[in-house]
Amino acid sequence: MLPEVIASFIVGIFLFLYAIFGAIDFGASFWSMFYLRRHTDAGVIANRFLSPTWEVTNTFLVLLVVSFVSFYPKAAFTLGTVLLVPVSIVLILISLRSAFMVFAYSVQSYQQTLRIISGIAGFFIPILLISALPVTQGPFIAIRQGVETLLTAKWLTSISTYYYMLFGLTSELFLSSLFLADYAREAGKEETYRIYRRNARIVGPATLVSAILVLLVLEPESKWFLDNLKEQVEWFILSILFYLVGYSALWWPDAKNDSIGKPRVAVLLIVVQYIIASYAYAAAHMPYIVYPYMTITTGFTGEVTFRPLFWVYVVGLAILVPGFYLFWRLFLKDRRYLRQED
Amino acid sequence: MDQTTITRAFFGTSLAFHIIFATLAVGISFMILVSEIIYQRTKDKDYELMAKRWTKTFAILLGVGIPSGTIVAVQLTLLWPGFMKIVGQVISIPFQIEIFAFFLEALFMSIYVYAADRLSGKMRVLSVFFVCLGATASAALITSANTWMNTPAGFDMYADGTITNVNTWAAFFNPSYGWAAFHVSISAFMAGAFAIASVSAYRYLKTPTQERKVLVFHRKSLLVSLVVGFLMSAITGFSGHGSAQGLHEHSPEKLAAAEGLFETQRYAPLSIGGYTDPATHEVKYGIEIPYALSILAGNLPSTEVKGLFEFPEETWPPSYVHTLFNAMVGVGMLLLALSFIALVYWWFFYRKRKKAFPKWLVRLLVISGPLAMLGIEFGWIFSCSGRQPWTIYGYQRTTEAATRAAHVGDLFVLFGLLYLLLSVLVVVVMHVYFKRNPLTKELAKRGDIDAT
Ligand code: HDD
Ligand code: HEM
Ligand code: HEM
Repeated sequence: MLPEVIASFIVGIFLFLYAIFGAIDFGASFWSMFYLRRHTDAGVIANRFLSPTWEVTNTFLVLLVVSFVSFYPKAAFTLGTVLLVPVSIVLILISLRSAFMVFAYSVQSYQQTLRIISGIAGFFIPILLISALPVTQGPFIAIRQGVETLLTAKWLTSISTYYYMLFGLTSELFLSSLFLADYAREAGKEETYRIYRRNARIVGPATLVSAILVLLVLEPESKWFLDNLKEQVEWFILSILFYLVGYSALWWPDAKNDSIGKPRVAVLLIVVQYIIASYAYAAAHMPYIVYPYMTITTGFTGEVTFRPLFWVYVVGLAILVPGFYLFWRLFLKDRRYLRQED
Repeated sequence: MDQTTITRAFFGTSLAFHIIFATLAVGISFMILVSEIIYQRTKDKDYELMAKRWTKTFAILLGVGIPSGTIVAVQLTLLWPGFMKIVGQVISIPFQIEIFAFFLEALFMSIYVYAADRLSGKMRVLSVFFVCLGATASAALITSANTWMNTPAGFDMYADGTITNVNTWAAFFNPSYGWAAFHVSISAFMAGAFAIASVSAYRYLKTPTQERKVLVFHRKSLLVSLVVGFLMSAITGFSGHGSAQGLHEHSPEKLAAAEGLFETQRYAPLSIGGYTDPATHEVKYGIEIPYALSILAGNLPSTEVKGLFEFPEETWPPSYVHTLFNAMVGVGMLLLALSFIALVYWWFFYRKRKKAFPKWLVRLLVISGPLAMLGIEFGWIFSCSGRQPWTIYGYQRTTEAATRAAHVGDLFVLFGLLYLLLSVLVVVVMHVYFKRNPLTKELAKRGDIDAT
């Protein structure tokens, strides 16, 4: 395989992981705010999941940026110039949220403020991040005085941008509800489980509808993309099948807990669905990183730099995976942590 | 201001902000490690409590260190796309490994902070060790990118900007890397130690004499931090000397600007203090020590040191770097002397004759932390501004590296406000936390003094 294609897989995998972790993380923030004033455990559970995990999610963001810049430095030049303002706004939101995450752990009375700030950030960050995707299809970029420039007004008035935003939001809420349902089940909180199961049931179909709108409603300049998407039709059908089975898992009987629904199965199948759909989406986008200015070949770093980078990833991950396992054992599985009373 | 100047000011501000928290994270995690180890050896519970309270401080500082680091990392691409284009092709390895160092730090920090009560003593030392290792490694790694900008290596560049003959590892281990990584890590340990010394000294002054246990606690932490601070400032001076000799060899105009030297000469004198007058080409109001500069640069008085006239004037670094360099070295010498005096005093008067530390000395120690921080800031601004007008010395000018996108100034204002807000918040959070969990309360919980 060509090095630039391998690199695109690596960056793609990081992007996907950040999207999923981020969706769950920011979604949990949103729910934590949503249930702030209600007398349920739903907000508490969301918060308990958040405390130890947001930092790992944040590191994934940095990993994503760094790997993109290292593998595709010339594409980073273009995207960095075009997206200066939106990315800066996301940065400010993320920073405020991170800071409050840490501060609220030290000063309990900040919990309320944290949950509001973090919830608001959790609402806007995914929306802003995902709205960069239609930009890479080309319709909102023009060359002004030799510099690629974002056509802000056109971008913010295009219906297609808003479908992307809607899709980002619903995905975030869907994935996080599913995940928190599973987390609540693991913690033995049946009532909370029911709340998140209901949320997932409501948001699920909305996610599917917005996903279809995202793919079909495009700016005229993105016609190339629609043509490519048509070639990936089998993958999208497969992905919808996974969605249907995963969604139905919310109704599967669960004899062990004397309840209804298998949230673990649902989470896993839906994640598989996202893997398939993202793969098809990315394949249709190839070889362009920013249409028509940058492809994975013209933006690539070069083979000599690629090789050591690749091995750094292999070695680095080999060392870190055991670390993650330890982390998982401590916080996501340890019943003493999950079931603490407060 | 033109676009490049705004971008420089913007990015410099972001880094100057991040470096405060990053350095403290490296330095304080080292101090936590020291006190955990002392605790394991002596089983003196005061050291356990020290580690616990410093960890709290560390955790609060992380609240700004992590977001500001994320900001810097992303801004590097946003504000210097021209620079990152070359970085990505030549020297992305340190950034890459740095991420893994962060993972290491973040993982073990979560474990140490959120699961402390579930870990054994040995595991706790090990976790802190990994936190410290991760933090120090990330500092040493990012330094590689910076020294590569000062002494580029590992690639060739055609006139049209195309890059060939990349050798990533040669770029990573560029000529000035070794000394600089050493200097950066040790000066961070030094700054962490003096930060702790500052707070201990302040608390020591504020504690009423009848609260014996509290006084003893602060005296112990003051002593630990002074010992570490003294050793680290000595090594900082030594490694700085190594860096300076590196300048002599690889970036002569930076050394010339740092010393305000215009004529190339043997038996060159060292000018301390004063300022460089760019119009008359001389250092005004400085003290000259004959031969000293030649000896510093090459160990012999006959060493020839290049002066600025050797180079075209348009590539001279700004003249204020002389002051920055002097300030950094001055801080180092002052803190070395201060900690030495305090330790001597402790040894001869406190240990031998049971005399308390005199107030004036403790008062002086209160400012040691902020001074060390200033040393770090001066050092970095010297290193980055002393490279001007180059971003990659000899290859890329700062104007070619800067972004050409609109709204940079507006964003500068926005981020400036964010940094202000975060600074205020971090101080408030520290204050509230330690107000609610005063030392007396924690000592009482341990059963050492009566809760009142
Ligand atoms: C507490 C902080 C501190 C102290 C006391 C010193 N330094 Fe330093 N110095 C730094 C903190 C620092 C730094 C912030 O860590 C720098 C910035 C870039 C770097 O590599 O390290 C630095 C850079 C730096 C450089 C520039 C390297 C370059 O630009 O390539 C030189 C020549 C020295 N130092 C030399 C010294 C000497 C001779 C000192 C005598 C005591 C000294 N420093 C004390
Ligand atoms: C020499 C100066 C620097 C030092 C010593 C340093 C060190 C550190 C340390 C120790 C941390 C851990 C956070 C903490 O504990 O507070 C940190 C965070 C961070 N730094 Fe810096 N850093 C420096 C400059 C930079 C630069 C130039 C970048 C950009 C490439 C950067 C990127 C980051 C990032 C991305 C984080 C957050 C990592 C996370 O998500 O956990 N740092 N830095
Ligand atoms: C953390 C401590 C640092 C501080 C306080 C600092 C400070 C500054 C300042 C003040 C400038 C503007 C220089 C001028 O225009 O006169 C600058 C420029 C710059 N610095 Fe640093 N710097 C630090 C570390 C780093 C590191 C570790 C890197 C490498 C990744 C770096 C990369 C740059 C770049 C790319 C520029 C812009 C181009 C240039 O002006 O040469 N800096 N920095």
